[in-house]
Amino acid sequence: MESSDKKNTSGGDTRRDFLKKSSLMTAIALTPSVAVKAAENQVDESFAELFEKIPLNLTVNNKAHSTKIEPRVTLLDYLREELHLTGTKKGCDHGQCGACTVHIDGARVNSCLSLAVMNEGKKITTIEGLSSGDELHPMQQAFIKHDGFQCGYCTPGQIMSAVACIREGHANSRAEISEFMSGNICRCGAYPNIVDAIVEVKKGGAAI
Amino acid sequence: MKNLMVKDENDRVDGVLKVTGQAKYFAEFELPGLTYGVLVTSTITKGKITGLDTKSAERAPGVIAVLSHLNKPSAPLYEQEGGSPMKIFYTDKIFFNGQPIAIVIANTFERATYAASLVKATYEKEAFNTDLHKALKDAAAKKLQGQPNYKRGIENAYQTAEVKIEQEYNLPIETHNPMELHGIIADWKPNNQVTVYAKTQGVKATQNTIANVFKIPLTNVQVNSEFVGGGFGMGLRTWPLEIATVMASKHIGKPVKLVITRMQMFTMVGNRPAATQKVGLGATKDGKLTGITHTAFGESSTYENFTEGVVNMAKFMYQCDNVNTAYTIVPVDLGVPIWMRGPGEATGAFALESAIDEIAHALDMDPLEFRIKNDPEMDQQRNKPFSSKNIKEAYKIGAEKIGWSQRKNKPGSIKEGPWQTGYGVSIGVFNANRGKASVKGVLKADGSLLLQSATSDIGPGTGTGMTLIAHKLLGIPVEKITFELGDSSLPTAPSQGGSATLSTVGSAVNDVCVSLKSTIAELAANSNMSATSDFISVLKKNNLPSIEVNKESQGGKERDNYSLYSFSIHFVQVKVHELTGVVKVSKIVSVGDSGTIVSPKTARSQMVGGAVGGIGMALTEESIIDHRYGRYINNNFADYHVPVNADVPEIEVHFINKPDPVINPMGAKGMGEIALIGFSAAVANAVFNATGKRIRTLPITPDKVLA
Repeated sequence: MESSDKKNTSGGDTRRDFLKKSSLMTAIALTPSVAVKAAENQVDESFAELFEKIPLNLTVNNKAHSTKIEPRVTLLDYLREELHLTGTKKGCDHGQCGACTVHIDGARVNSCLSLAVMNEGKKITTIEGLSSGDELHPMQQAFIKHDGFQCGYCTPGQIMSAVACIREGHANSRAEISEFMSGNICRCGAYPNIVDAIVEVKKGGAAI
Repeated sequence: MKNLMVKDENDRVDGVLKVTGQAKYFAEFELPGLTYGVLVTSTITKGKITGLDTKSAERAPGVIAVLSHLNKPSAPLYEQEGGSPMKIFYTDKIFFNGQPIAIVIANTFERATYAASLVKATYEKEAFNTDLHKALKDAAAKKLQGQPNYKRGIENAYQTAEVKIEQEYNLPIETHNPMELHGIIADWKPNNQVTVYAKTQGVKATQNTIANVFKIPLTNVQVNSEFVGGGFGMGLRTWPLEIATVMASKHIGKPVKLVITRMQMFTMVGNRPAATQKVGLGATKDGKLTGITHTAFGESSTYENFTEGVVNMAKFMYQCDNVNTAYTIVPVDLGVPIWMRGPGEATGAFALESAIDEIAHALDMDPLEFRIKNDPEMDQQRNKPFSSKNIKEAYKIGAEKIGWSQRKNKPGSIKEGPWQTGYGVSIGVFNANRGKASVKGVLKADGSLLLQSATSDIGPGTGTGMTLIAHKLLGIPVEKITFELGDSSLPTAPSQGGSATLSTVGSAVNDVCVSLKSTIAELAANSNMSATSDFISVLKKNNLPSIEVNKESQGGKERDNYSLYSFSIHFVQVKVHELTGVVKVSKIVSVGDSGTIVSPKTARSQMVGGAVGGIGMALTEESIIDHRYGRYINNNFADYHVPVNADVPEIEVHFINKPDPVINPMGAKGMGEIALIGFSAAVANAVFNATGKRIRTLPITPDKVLA
């Protein structure tokens, strides 16, 4: 509920209007006259930041994060710009390329299509958290062995998607793998090698 | 992190970094006080900016500055008269829709994005044209010679041949669309030292451009670009948006990061320009070519001319005494193009290799047999022998692997349910280049070798190839060899383009290793050690922690005596659905004839990637413009279809793998371009063989198949 209040108030025409209206709100500790004066002196924007961020608690790669964030920040930008987990890539920002694929509570999701604040209480796994310890995950090893990439930019998304593809039970044939990996674009064209890697991991039968 | 699988020495040297997300691309460097830039772009196609209201943007939260032609952020070169008309923020002229007209800098990406939406421009509009075909019909439209006309023998000899064909072929705009979005981080310090993290195919080229625009010494500019998320040619120049970001950093005194959007990737960082071509071929009744005429018109921009090698291949690829070519560029009101993988040769090969298939059909000959019959003994254009050419062997391997014997010369002969099957072949060829490069090598007593050069890796595996060259020469295990690149402070190397990196930089690596080897041998002799002593004990015996060698390397006179080319043969099998017109490429065999294969794993991946790019070029890729507005209408990955996993069959790659005797010490010729060049024609030829329908306008979409 708190977040919807924020949405309504931040949708106003100008910052000054917002602060003038806010001055009526008892929740605000500032005295109204100070706030309005600040607005008139055009320093309102630095105050606005206080109201625009909302709390967010989530777990990324088994590490709990508690923060305040603007609601318009995508999960992708939160991971890359705030947490500096840059293994998750931005390729289109429109959910069309799969470079930003992460696992949210175990399911593969394009993190550019998810706002960070939508992930309250969720468990996120990125490429940096895929393997435990200092050994590569079998899928990472298979990608190296089969040269499932060239430039490497789509690779983290491909690997996160590939792991989910097997877990979902969608890796029973080359054709099925190709179909269920078609949300991850590789412009260098490593697709046959990516399929080889997934087939090998699937056949290896290791728990992933 | 450890890789528990059996390590193969041919694995990519940066594989672990890439699969773990540790490889850092330009936008991923953390700098204290980093700010974010977002571009404002023109909403008209041609004219002049008459007003730019930046007040609301400047007042928006977190905004630090809004820069445009109104405040002309400092860039000394642009302050001078003349030069390119497209001097960003120093002109009010609009040359294309989506042209950057302002940059908004804020303390977060979201704030910069929002504020950029508040900038309002007013314009004075002018009439424009973004359509190549409209310009061709308009006698008044500007047309420029793109390359000197070429003629040997009789002009247009095909017209009087016993058997002739004459056809027109069309290609739409294709957009590079590497997965990584373009952009740059610029960090200008008060002492006029600037560091940039760039997405470039040439760190030295970027360094030069920035130093030139800002009139500062070259050594004041540091360019870092170790990992590049694909280029395909678009990183071969420094774009205005990069200069704008450097201007912004200089202006605000803080580092600025700009990452453009996928939509902006279509407008402001180049494309493979649309082209229309005519090919006329004449032959004797028994299938000897007697005339080739290839004329082409390619798009260019109004503010800069762009040319590429569209008609090159016609001049030497077939034995023929009468050849003439012409190439004209046609300025339209779009952003300037840039070479895209295979560049003009891929455009030209679609036309020429389709036409070859057409004349073989007109002769009722197997197109493979026709090609073999007209295979050139020497380069008739330059009147020189080819340094190495094994095309006939490549034809044989490919034909056997694809099952060419199952092909029927009569189109539409093979059908299974609603699916018609066809086979196609084409050849790809590209100049085998070798430029000049420098490499530094440090051989250490701890058993390791460090190699450095300011070259790039946009994906082919530069470091892996260089490491393998050194490994082969010195016997040092690959894990003990480090190759550093993507840093402008390293020894000079050219940009990564034109399939020349392995040949150029690899030769310098070779020379460094040969020199290190002889130094070690000398040291061994001087210290009474046997000639076979390993370098570690030689260095230790001489109390040397390391030895260092710097070499500059370039080719000699081999080009005076030989014609140097790389070749590829693409065989494809397609299945065409007779009711829906869907074309599926069902089998691919690509054979590379590019000298010695230095790095077998990455070389194979290059060929696979070229075939995948070729599927896109042949079947799906087309940047569509609404010419009423001059705007792209499919500028995203949902509407601009690059091939996805399900579009791609298993791909067989074969290499002739015979050293070229003259090009360089490795005998290796380039591969990046030939992997793609000609592929689209092989698909078109296969579609014809499957259906009897000749499609001369790419991409081959179902509507064209059913039309």
